[in-house]
Amino acid sequence: MAAADELAFHEFEEATNLLAETPDVTTISRSDPRTPEGQVAVAVGSGGGYGAEDEVESDKTALLQEPQPQPGFWTFSYYQSFFDVDTSQVLDRIKGSLLPRPGHSFVRHHLRNRPDLYGPFWICATLAFVLAVTGNLTVVLAQRRDPSIHYSPQFHKVTVAGITIYCYAWLVPLALWAFLQWRKGVRERMGPYTFLETVCFYGYSLFIFIPTVVLWLIPVPWLQWLFGALALALSAAGLVFTLWPIVREDTRLVASMLLSAVVLLHALLAMGCKFYFFQPLPLEHMAPAHQDTSLHPNVVLTPTPPRPMITEGLRLQSFSFRSNRRDTACPAPKMMSEGSLDISRSLCYFPDFSYKANTFIFYAKVIQRIYIKVGDGWLN
Amino acid sequence: MAEAAESPGEPGTTSPRPLFAGLSDISISQDIPVEGEITIPMRSRIREFDSSTLNESVQNTIMRDLKAVGKKFMHVLYPRKSNTLLRDWDLWGPLVLCVTLALMLQRGSADSENDGGPQFAEVFVIIWFGAVTITLNSKLLGGNISFFQSLCVLGYCILPLTVALLVCRLVLLAKPGPINFIVRLFVVIMMFAWSIVASTAFLADSQPPNRKALAVYPVFLFYFVISWMILTFTP
Repeated sequence: MAAADELAFHEFEEATNLLAETPDVTTISRSDPRTPEGQVAVAVGSGGGYGAEDEVESDKTALLQEPQPQPGFWTFSYYQSFFDVDTSQVLDRIKGSLLPRPGHSFVRHHLRNRPDLYGPFWICATLAFVLAVTGNLTVVLAQRRDPSIHYSPQFHKVTVAGITIYCYAWLVPLALWAFLQWRKGVRERMGPYTFLETVCFYGYSLFIFIPTVVLWLIPVPWLQWLFGALALALSAAGLVFTLWPIVREDTRLVASMLLSAVVLLHALLAMGCKFYFFQPLPLEHMAPAHQDTSLHPNVVLTPTPPRPMITEGLRLQSFSFRSNRRDTACPAPKMMSEGSLDISRSLCYFPDFSYKANTFIFYAKVIQRIYIKVGDGWLN
Repeated sequence: MAEAAESPGEPGTTSPRPLFAGLSDISISQDIPVEGEITIPMRSRIREFDSSTLNESVQNTIMRDLKAVGKKFMHVLYPRKSNTLLRDWDLWGPLVLCVTLALMLQRGSADSENDGGPQFAEVFVIIWFGAVTITLNSKLLGGNISFFQSLCVLGYCILPLTVALLVCRLVLLAKPGPINFIVRLFVVIMMFAWSIVASTAFLADSQPPNRKALAVYPVFLFYFVISWMILTFTP
């Protein structure tokens, strides 16, 4: 009753008057201070009416109580709770990921603390298959322009696409979530996102790449780069706006490192897909390189994950290298189709094909040196 | 006794007393039809049926299963909303179709390149794990279809695409060219649409109405991938 004095709702005074008038009516006393006091029965009626009101009150208390304990992870209904979405909700979340707005966190505004696994799973599956299919279609289109290019279904690309996309969509959120949990002590106000919410917004952020990949069929190079940059900007903006409320309470250094790592990984994924699946030529022009996958121990080890992506980048390279015959040379320039990028042409003529792997190592070492310097500065 | 006389128009609905006690007490008048089914004789008939399947010839057993599979193929070719496919599910048809598809789509062993069509195992895995994933997805979304019924429907609805593959193989014997490709594309698109229509005719009813699209989209993706494999098949 002390709470009622504090809140001093008008209705509650009426209710107390009513209760005073009919003292034999049963009342439900509520010790939960969070429930609004206006819930007390106000309707005037007979004793039977009060009975009905009690039931209504108890329904409302049931709604306001703590949620039921979650079923164990070995039951089917545990996983069913992650697929508890309607068509309209999924479409709304996809629209939210396509149009990120500053200040609107995807998790708070669209997920509303009900993450689902339907979106991430099927968006990744669609993206993997669309990548493989459109990558193959570019070879078909190139063959129509230049009949000497040999067409093959390249089914192994489906496997590569699937593994890459799913690893990205699950391992990167895992690492991000782990890092945010580790830094949880620094933040006071906002709790970090759960693992499922992280997976969810990463999965939905990949949706923009599906139409982009289809548009990459157009064999105009600058248009491809334009679409790629646009998709990357939208997707990375969505990620940044979602992470910003969590990260802004951290130190500036950690915040900027984290956001730049997230954007960089996204960019690496986009560029890796572009180069691997949309090579303008069939694979005969690339001589195989040594499969020096022992390179990745040199890569920097930080809590944020540049490493998985770089090893994946190297793995992607070794996939494409391994699939080639050993003794093909670069074709003469006149055999190149018009849609080829200059960079691949120059790379083709480079005699040592560890060039691509060496480029990766070079950039990795640059990043490593930057991190060491920054880390020293941070610790001191 | 008075009960039967006083309750006309209720054939056979005596009160559920055990062992039909008092049945002999009822005097049957002319206007009370005494008909109906009593379960006890039915049970002995079922027992006879069981022992008869054990004793029947092998040909009868095989023909019965083959007829069931054939009837389901007919249901797929002329999709109507009927419950036969769902009620008596079997996985023979999907197995036969999947093995046929995988055998015909695999690249030849003489071709040692990594570029090429899918291997037998890849097709098999895509079809079966794709079907299992779609079934799990539809169950997780709250559909009330059983696991094997859904696998059965998805497997049987690959039949139009198998027909498309056979047609493509025949068309590829002719001279290669754009017309060849257009014909194959047209056939594959038609059969893809047919598969989708056939499977959604059976599967869509099992979902709550606000999630139908969520359950149908993976089916679309599944048949799209199989159609892609068929279209890019080069012998």
